[in-house]
Amino acid sequence: MQTYILRRLTLAVPTVFGVTVLIFVAMRLLPGDPLEHIYGENTGIYVLSEEELQKARASLGLDRPLVVQYASWIADIARGDMGTSFWTDQPISAMIIRRGPLTMQIAIVSVLVSWLVGLPVGIIAAAWRNSALDYVARFFITFFMAVPSFWLGMTFILITVIFFAYKPPITVYNLWDDPGKNLQIMAGPALALGVGLGAFIARMSRTQLLEVFREDYVRTARAKGLGEQVVMWRHVVRNALLPVITLSGLQFAFLLGGSVAVEQAFSVPGLGRALIGGIQDRDWTIIQNLVFLYAIVFVIINLIVDLAYGVIDPRIRYQ
Amino acid sequence: MSQNTEQVFGQIQPKRRTRTGQFLENARRFAQSSLLGTGAAVFLIFIVVIAVFAPYIVLLRPDPLYQDYGALLRTPSLEFPMGTDGLGRDTLSRVLAGTRLSLMVSVSAVVISKIIGFTWGIVSGYFGGRFDLFSQRALDVLISFPSVILALLLLVALGAGVNTVIIAIAATGIAGTTRIIRSVALLVRETEYVLAARMIGAAPLRIMLRHVAPQCVAPLLVVASASLGGAIFTEAALSYLGLGVPPPNPSWGNMLGGILVASFKPPWWLVVFPGFAITLTILAFNLFGDALRDHLDPRLRGRLE
Repeated sequence: MQTYILRRLTLAVPTVFGVTVLIFVAMRLLPGDPLEHIYGENTGIYVLSEEELQKARASLGLDRPLVVQYASWIADIARGDMGTSFWTDQPISAMIIRRGPLTMQIAIVSVLVSWLVGLPVGIIAAAWRNSALDYVARFFITFFMAVPSFWLGMTFILITVIFFAYKPPITVYNLWDDPGKNLQIMAGPALALGVGLGAFIARMSRTQLLEVFREDYVRTARAKGLGEQVVMWRHVVRNALLPVITLSGLQFAFLLGGSVAVEQAFSVPGLGRALIGGIQDRDWTIIQNLVFLYAIVFVIINLIVDLAYGVIDPRIRYQ
Repeated sequence: MSQNTEQVFGQIQPKRRTRTGQFLENARRFAQSSLLGTGAAVFLIFIVVIAVFAPYIVLLRPDPLYQDYGALLRTPSLEFPMGTDGLGRDTLSRVLAGTRLSLMVSVSAVVISKIIGFTWGIVSGYFGGRFDLFSQRALDVLISFPSVILALLLLVALGAGVNTVIIAIAATGIAGTTRIIRSVALLVRETEYVLAARMIGAAPLRIMLRHVAPQCVAPLLVVASASLGGAIFTEAALSYLGLGVPPPNPSWGNMLGGILVASFKPPWWLVVFPGFAITLTILAFNLFGDALRDHLDPRLRGRLE
């Protein structure tokens, strides 16, 4: 197990390095530099003279060679310093600490929702295979797999606004400060994301269950006279749900990306909206560091899923 | 007598199967095996027809860009079956015109990412060695971004526009395709016929083209049809965020952008119709993709049904 963990960790190092390089190159691919986009003659909002531009560049360190800029960015990140916003000069780490918990919370709650919705539906559909119930379940599974989460969110908003004349609060409320307001902000996005994920969970658990039903050990369990309930819960469900749990981990990819649009739909002041705001304002430090954060979180979650799978299923370790 | 034999032999002789004949035969078996998949395929053909003829269909309706200030935010009626938006533009025209853009962007993105992934996967899987190791690490990097985030990053770098949206969405699909094609190529590389080809001195390029690539086509089709729905979603999400297809050109995604911001009497028709267009298209692509996978890989059929 230790060698397995070690191997996975060593593999993550070049990946993170590559991620930083890709982000940095992408951010510098533009013609000119960020300042030109903000203050340039044709593209900018303000116009600065050449001299003022030089000065601003020097103060931001943009006049240094790219390699040096890259190295100093990495050094800053390593120290946990993500720099300050181009526009407001506020530290980005403070922004992440303020907004990050909400995005994280939405992600976690939507995974919970997806289990609460998806597992029962999948289990029921599999247990009563080819019944009317199964067909209804499959209809909803197929439908909700296709519904874009942000649009589902918009329909939630429509319904609450039209029928209840209700809109959730739009500033940050932390769970530990004001649980009620926090829940109001979170519920919509978490449901909109969770139902979509739940459809995938339901489909996966249904196929997995049906597959396990055919296994020899299930026949053995029945043959030795165990009750159908015991066979179902102790033998079938336990074995079938392993891949489903992995799927949940992998869904974070969808969740982290999808939550950007969902946060926008609900006007939730999370990290996704900060990123979109940063892009709209051409706030380069925000974009660069938030994209990095998203990627890093994604890498870490995948790592955890891999390691957890290695713990649960020892066969994986020796591949 | 001789005439008779000729007739008989004429009948016995196997019909030459032309390419079209083979395709039709395949299509017939596909239709027989999956009613749902066929329905989805018919619906998709319908959408493609709309996309192709959108400019002409739209002639029957107000221009999608025409702003009728006498008819702002109309609810659906006979005159405007899907209502009008805040600038007085006909939603039906815009949904029809959006079909063209949304489909064009998603299909081109998928085609580009599949071509790159196909080539990369075959080369990487067939040659193996240091190139493979390096390309695996590169793919690790690409796969480390949630797809919407990667697309956003590329859009920031390349600037907004229809072409850049296509490139950004294509980039999100490369890593997955390459992985799958590579895994197939790895298996094919070890087969006897590839060994035989190598024995008689076939060049690597020839082996890859004649022996490895054909085996990878079926998985490629499965991956491609499965990722079309995802591409539609990504395009819609990006355009919804105002970073995809730039206005005023309508795409299903950008029609949804910014309409629920202001009022307590939200225009529900502006949310419902483009959203249904997106959902139904993704649904059709998903159903068709599943049916195609079952058709091309019958081993999976029993398992996944």
